[in-house]
Amino acid sequence: MNRIKKFFSTFLLLELWKGMMVTGRYMFKPKITVHYPEEKTPMSPRFRGLHALRRYPNGEERCIACKLCEAVCPAMAITIDSEQREDGTRRTTRYDIDLSKCIFCGFCEESCPVDSIVETRILEYHGEKRGDLIYTKEMLLAIGDRYEEQIAKDRETDARYR
Amino acid sequence: MEAIQQLFEQLFGTEWGIMLFTFAKNLTLILAIIVPLLLGVAYLTFAERKIIAYMQIRVGPNRVTFFGIPWLRGWGQPIADAVKALMKEIVVPTGANKYLFILAPILTIMPALAAWAVVPFSPELVLADINAGLLYILAMTSMGIYGVIIAGWASNSKYAFLGAMRSAAQVVSYELAMGFALVCVLMMSQSLNLGDIVTGQQGGSMLNWYLIPLFPMFLVYFISGVAETNRAPFDVAEGESEIVAGFHVDYSGMAFTVFFLAEYANMILVATLTALMFLGGWLPPVDITPFNMIPGFLWLLIKIAFLLFFFLWFRATFPRYRYDQIMRLGWKVFIPITLIWIVVLGLIMQLPESVRNDFPFNLWF
Repeated sequence: MNRIKKFFSTFLLLELWKGMMVTGRYMFKPKITVHYPEEKTPMSPRFRGLHALRRYPNGEERCIACKLCEAVCPAMAITIDSEQREDGTRRTTRYDIDLSKCIFCGFCEESCPVDSIVETRILEYHGEKRGDLIYTKEMLLAIGDRYEEQIAKDRETDARYR
Repeated sequence: MEAIQQLFEQLFGTEWGIMLFTFAKNLTLILAIIVPLLLGVAYLTFAERKIIAYMQIRVGPNRVTFFGIPWLRGWGQPIADAVKALMKEIVVPTGANKYLFILAPILTIMPALAAWAVVPFSPELVLADINAGLLYILAMTSMGIYGVIIAGWASNSKYAFLGAMRSAAQVVSYELAMGFALVCVLMMSQSLNLGDIVTGQQGGSMLNWYLIPLFPMFLVYFISGVAETNRAPFDVAEGESEIVAGFHVDYSGMAFTVFFLAEYANMILVATLTALMFLGGWLPPVDITPFNMIPGFLWLLIKIAFLLFFFLWFRATFPRYRYDQIMRLGWKVFIPITLIWIVVLGLIMQLPESVRNDFPFNLWF
């Protein structure tokens, strides 16, 4: 009897049908796709994207050219030149990040004593010719100015753990 | 039709007029078959991507549209793909045999399209109503393998060659089971003409279709058809994990697309033949008013679409067979089953008429 049953279930491909019913059911399940440019996945406040240089609320740039980030950078993507300003403070004259070298480890942000260099949530940027991905001080400051609100909020959220 | 023929005769004289008329008529009919077929192939690729995506809880292509119409999102995808393929360069490898390399895709698509000549879309709608239609179909589907072998050999690459060998061995093995399954259909219908085979299934309802008396043969034929077209789960010919993409690794651009087209055209062909021989072709499932109002052509299309859905469903469900398992299934399972069924069918046919008339469904002739 068992053998007859087995014969028929093999012959009528019952087990294959079981498998097909599984995929058949999944066809009607709600889809989990995130439609990327319109929808985006949630992002952590610690997200490490494009870099930015921040300013104090009075407009003074934070960076004091201590060069800790340059020293800690494992990819050696940061280049800093500094000079004394007329008021006696030390400031950078050049702050370049080569994003084609950068590995987005976040060490520069960790090492910064004045929270100047930060990594933002921006991930959609590109270069169209060679050298486009070398970001200069002006560009980084501009990014910082533009996204200061978001950057400040993310630092605040994460403040407890720093 | 008559008027056009007379116009031709007036224009070119009686002798030339008839010749030219026949030529023009056949050319039009061929185009009327090939153009919808190629469109069907294009949209079959789209359907495949969409359906498999849905089964994997994704959404599939949903960007390319026509004229920015939002509810047509994704429907432009096959056109975009075709344009992309047309723009690409056909790279001919240095070591390849140039002529055979170019000839192979043509040899693959030619039989896939030529086989459609004898397919009846409705009782009247058939390009070449020849008596040996089934034989012609078998011959044409077997021809396709030459393209694959030549492609594998002409590429001068070991992956392509291995893929071609695998594909050839597989197709040849399954052709046997397929042929035997068709012999059963022949015995039932007593005819090689595809139109007659469908008419033989006439009789009021789907109980008269050959699907029911020949159910095992239907399974064997359809599964062999899947194997014959090198579709999943029998797609070892292009097993990407072991031999990259099989016989067409070295092809690019339009040459590759032609192989692709041929594969999908073959899928549609197998689905059509299954619909014709086991699912009653253009016949409605029940011969009552709402069903027989629909033209037979549409019924055939519905049946083809239904069977094609199974092709895609198989691909979404089953993992690829191991090569020895494919050979085992072909030689040790399908061929014995078909052979036994032929003998059983023959014995039933030899029974005296009074006994045969008492058979269930009254199907046996």
